[in-house]
Parts: sequence; C-alpha cells; structure tokens
Amino acid sequence: MAVEVRLPTVLRTHAGGASSVQLTGATLGDVLAKLVAEYPGLAGQVVQDDGSLHKFVNIYVNDDDVRYLQGLDTPVPDGAEISILPAVAGG
Amino acid sequence: MARYESVLGLIGETPLVEISALSPNPDARLFIKLEGQNPGGSVKDRVALSMIEIAESDGILKPGQPDQILMEPSSGNTGIGLAMVCKVKGYHLKVVMPTNVSIERRQLLELWGAEIIESPGTEGSNGAVRMAQKLAGEHPEWKFLYQYGNPANPQAHFEGTGPEILRDCPDITHFVAGLGTSGTLLGVGRYLRETRGNAVQIWAVEPPSGETVDGLRNLDDGYIPPIFEELGGAELLDRKTVVRPRESIEWTRRLTDVGIFAGISTGAALAGAIKCASSLEPGVEASIVVVSADGGWKYLSTGAWTDDLDEVTERAKSIIYF
Repeated sequence: MAVEVRLPTVLRTHAGGASSVQLTGATLGDVLAKLVAEYPGLAGQVVQDDGSLHKFVNIYVNDDDVRYLQGLDTPVPDGAEISILPAVAGG
Repeated sequence: MARYESVLGLIGETPLVEISALSPNPDARLFIKLEGQNPGGSVKDRVALSMIEIAESDGILKPGQPDQILMEPSSGNTGIGLAMVCKVKGYHLKVVMPTNVSIERRQLLELWGAEIIESPGTEGSNGAVRMAQKLAGEHPEWKFLYQYGNPANPQAHFEGTGPEILRDCPDITHFVAGLGTSGTLLGVGRYLRETRGNAVQIWAVEPPSGETVDGLRNLDDGYIPPIFEELGGAELLDRKTVVRPRESIEWTRRLTDVGIFAGISTGAALAGAIKCASSLEPGVEASIVVVSADGGWKYLSTGAWTDDLDEVTERAKSIIYF
C-alpha cells in the first residue's frame, strides 16, 4: 500500500529536511520500519528500541490516533496519510 | 430564580442545544453544550473556580488576606477564568502564556488585571508549562495551582459538567470533546463510564499543534498532562482524532447556520462529532454530545467567519486556539 508519512518539524533534520515521505507497507509497523531504513537517523526516535511508541509521540493513520486503534499493527489503506506529531498540551 | 449573590454563581449549568440539522446521519442526533455561556466566557471558568475553592479549603489560599499571588501557564481560557475569579476574590494572578494567541485573549487577561508573562510562541503550550514550572521553583511564595496536574480540574467536570450532560441527555451514546489539559474528557468521561458503563463512547479531538510548534528540540520536549496519566486517560478514551485548522474553521462557520457563534476549537470538536456520526452503522440510533469550549468573541480578530477561507486557515496555523 502506498502511503504518505508527514513528519513534524522536530524530526525533519533526521530526514534530510523532508516534510513528508512516500512509502509502502501493509501495517503502520511496516511503514515505520521502511522509514527508518531510509533515514537511519530516525532509529529509536518514533519507535523505541524496545518496540514501543515514544511516549511523547502521537501517530495518526488518516487522522485517527493509532494508540486507540491497533498500535503498530494498525492496517494502512492505500493512499493513507500517516501523521507523526509530538504530544502538545492545550488549555 | 435568576438572582445571584456573586457572578461566580453563574458558573456551570450551561445549556445543551440540539443541532441535529448539522448531522450527516439521520439516525444520529447531535447536541452541543455551550460552555461559552459561563461568565468568563469558557468551560475553564469551572476549572478555575474548582481549583481556587479547593485551594482555599485546603488552606493553600486564604480568602481576604492581601498580597496572595497565583501563577498559572495557560494558552488563554484557563488564565481568563482564573483572572475573573481572582478579581472577584482579591487574589493577584500571573499568567504564563505563549505569544501566539489571539489579541482578545491578551485583552481579556488585562481587563481582569492579570499580569502576563510571555513564553515563546514557537514552543506552544509546552513552553508555557516549562517556564511556569521553572518560575514556581524560583518563587515558592507564588501559589501554583497547575491545571495539568491538579485533580480539581477533572473534578469540576465529574461533579458539574458530567451530571448536567446526563440529566439533559439521558440517552447519550457518544461524548466528544477537545483534548487540551484533558480535564473535560477525564471528568465527564469518568462520570459517564460510572453511570452508563460502556453504553457511552468517549471521543477526544485535538488540533495538529505538534505540526506547527517548531520550537521543540526533540521529542522529549513533548508533554502529556500528569492528570491524563494519573487518572487513566488512555484507558478511558475510545477514540482520539486530529482535526486540522481548515476543517475546524469550516465547521465553526457551519455552526452559524444553526445560530451558534462559537470558538475555533468548537469547530474542531464538532468536526470530530460529525466524523463519529458518519462512522455509525445505518439504523443505529445515537445521541452525540459535543462540548463547545467557548464562544466566538475571542476570535473575531482572526477573521474566521468573514475572511477568505484559505487566508484564515493559514492564519489559524500560527495561533493557538485550544
């Protein structure tokens, strides 16, 4: 499945300045593994070495937070937009 | 009886209005709780009063004593609510606020006599929280109520907003609200869970703030409110969805079709409620309640209703509206 991964400003320096990257994969985990393969500087940042999502990162597949879907096993439909955002407060 | 001893008696008991005309699903009724009807103009009046009254009963604040200073980080509404309550009760308030908020938020703080301490807009609310924590360490004499870590915040919603919603909409099936401090979602969500079990789904809506906040050095500068973690927010929520500025403004505008003039975060929350309504199986009856955190008055300067949608969307990306 071809998807677009949108990177936040804070991670772009590790991805050659790119704000979004086109990748393929059946699940979010597949896509993120390919993202790290392409940009090794992102290793351990979004998905930590123990395989869990970084505490202060939220990932959305088509605007839904994957922590409330199936986490890294969340399927990514063709054409999906994946957004990676740092956790930010409001109020 | 519409006579009150103090303006503080006007906080809470906000109206719930049916707006099913905006629902994309004929089986899903939509209701909106107008928190902009609070005297300070937002849902945060409840939190401000709750935090101050509990601090008074705990002896942290002493009513009537001079020279008591409170300090709080806020992107606006909590600061404004606290400033109004402090004005009435005679406390001095300092608000640590990012520079990139609407001019009306600053003006309201000034009119209530609060002192504004500016934090870098590029760091968003996270930067304001960090600066306030540093100041609290340097000034132990200032009372730091800390909305993000104070259980009096969700308590105001557990005791007030939640029961009001269930009383006014007993067949509620979905509750949708914006995620800022997480106080509304935690308080109302826990109340609905305790009274209605899994018959009610709890949906959180948030803006893509992390996209535009470019002052974070790395992901460790991220922030999760301690109350969200301590009170099991992740287990409570059924769904969390992000709503972008354009959609937020479009739905803020659509609300005027049913006569409701609300802030931009309401448009975001409503967009989440619309998504919720659209996601239901045909024939499944639902009653969706969404919270309108504030009225539109504080956002007139953004041109949200009157200017070109593309221009307003660009402008909204650079201001904090949650």
